Amino acid sequence: MSDTRSRFEVVVVGAGPAGLAAAAAAAECGRRTLVLDATPWLGGQIWRGREAKGGPGSAKRWLARLQAAGAAVARQTTVVASPGPGVLLAESPEGPREIEWEKLILTIGARELFLPFPGWTLPGVVGIGGLQVLVKGGWPLAGKRIVIAGSGPLLFAAAAEYRAAGADVVLIAEQADLARLVRFGLSLPRLAPGKILQAAQYQAALLGVPYRTGCWAVSAQGADRLEGVTLRSARRTWTERCDVLATGFGFLPNLELPRLLGCRTENGAAVVDDRQESSQAGIFIAGEPTGIGGEGRALVEGLIAGFAAAGRPERAGRLWRKRRRALAFSRAMDRAFALRDEVRDLASPETPICRCEDVPRRDLEKYGGWRAAKLHTRCGMGPCQGRICGGAVEKLFGWDAASNRPPVFPVSIGTLREPDPRPSGASD
Amino acid sequence: MTEIVSLTINGRPIRVPSGTVVAVALALAGESRFRRSVGGHPRGPLCGMGVCFECSVTIDGRPHCRSCQTLCADGMEVRTDE
Repeated sequence: MSDTRSRFEVVVVGAGPAGLAAAAAAAECGRRTLVLDATPWLGGQIWRGREAKGGPGSAKRWLARLQAAGAAVARQTTVVASPGPGVLLAESPEGPREIEWEKLILTIGARELFLPFPGWTLPGVVGIGGLQVLVKGGWPLAGKRIVIAGSGPLLFAAAAEYRAAGADVVLIAEQADLARLVRFGLSLPRLAPGKILQAAQYQAALLGVPYRTGCWAVSAQGADRLEGVTLRSARRTWTERCDVLATGFGFLPNLELPRLLGCRTENGAAVVDDRQESSQAGIFIAGEPTGIGGEGRALVEGLIAGFAAAGRPERAGRLWRKRRRALAFSRAMDRAFALRDEVRDLASPETPICRCEDVPRRDLEKYGGWRAAKLHTRCGMGPCQGRICGGAVEKLFGWDAASNRPPVFPVSIGTLREPDPRPSGASD
Repeated sequence: MTEIVSLTINGRPIRVPSGTVVAVALALAGESRFRRSVGGHPRGPLCGMGVCFECSVTIDGRPHCRSCQTLCADGMEVRTDE
């Protein structure tokens, strides 16, 4: 019997907080469960590196709970297509794998939103979350001058981590205005147990890093790599010399796989019911793809999805109140860190929008939409498949850059070429 | 106790702790330009999470490998700027 084909009662795609919670819940209910992840690690990007180190708090607890529950784990396994109902095709180090599921839970996380500005393609301009992940893996920052410019509560946590790695954090520039952030801070005690903003501001003060609101990067300079960044606020425009510019404007749900499987999306997020079930029966979605909400929301949605998929709706129902609080919190965050118009529109005519195919803004804006622009310029047709420029053109031109064509990730021809002639269910 | 793996970057040997991704090894070796874009411009890591492909390098002769998602291994040969 070939081991390239396997069958599970519950399959969870993505092993971040939502996926670990979902897989643990389903396995605790006695369902034969598999959780798979594209990376060699468990815990997703947010808990990267915590697995080996044991790490503090929740990461360790959830990894232990998953192990105790007895779910199977597949690492470095990337879902690329769905060759038929109830079957996923994945690429793994051992070659292609076909995985059959009775219930499917998609916990595939989010990616950072990048907004193009002149110089954003220079080496040394890095994603805020991306650099955090790299630093956790040993990326050297000692003695480097860093400017952090973007938006969201992540900026503080990132500053603390870069500092701990030996970086000289010159400035944190938050594009949102102080008035909005203060309103957000005021609404927190009612909404959330973790007073993220106050805590983080306190932390920034302790770090001695200047934190400017209503401030953003307008361009980056350098020949072969980054040398400086020009910043703007209501009062002035000035340039800071730096080795690294960490930038990012929050996160975008990963929706390629839900769309490929026919799950309905609305306003850039997957639509789910009270049980986290999508518009496709038997497919559940939890965490960032249903709307950006961070670790807390991902964990509670993951548990609900896991219990619901395991046929235990009463256990899922007990968590609804907790989810309501998490949802209110993420809505407050969205309002507080809403993008100002200036940062959507920083690219010059020459600025590359599609980094894979080097397509500048001036080549794109003559087209009325994403499809026409893609066909004529190859924008979004490189290896990232529009994952980076798609978010940029949505914010810049208001285009809908949704994509749902297989393969959802670049894949070796061998994976697509190896058909399994046996009928579904013939293995095991 | 951390194990060490040995690899080469553009022909130069480097030793890193096991579990290190290739992108980090490149940074430790002082590389900032990981690849050149289709228009010939220098590029380095952006997303750090395997999404953007800006950190692509050639590993053991295989082009377009995402260095941020690939673990270093003994005897690995990495080439940038291709």
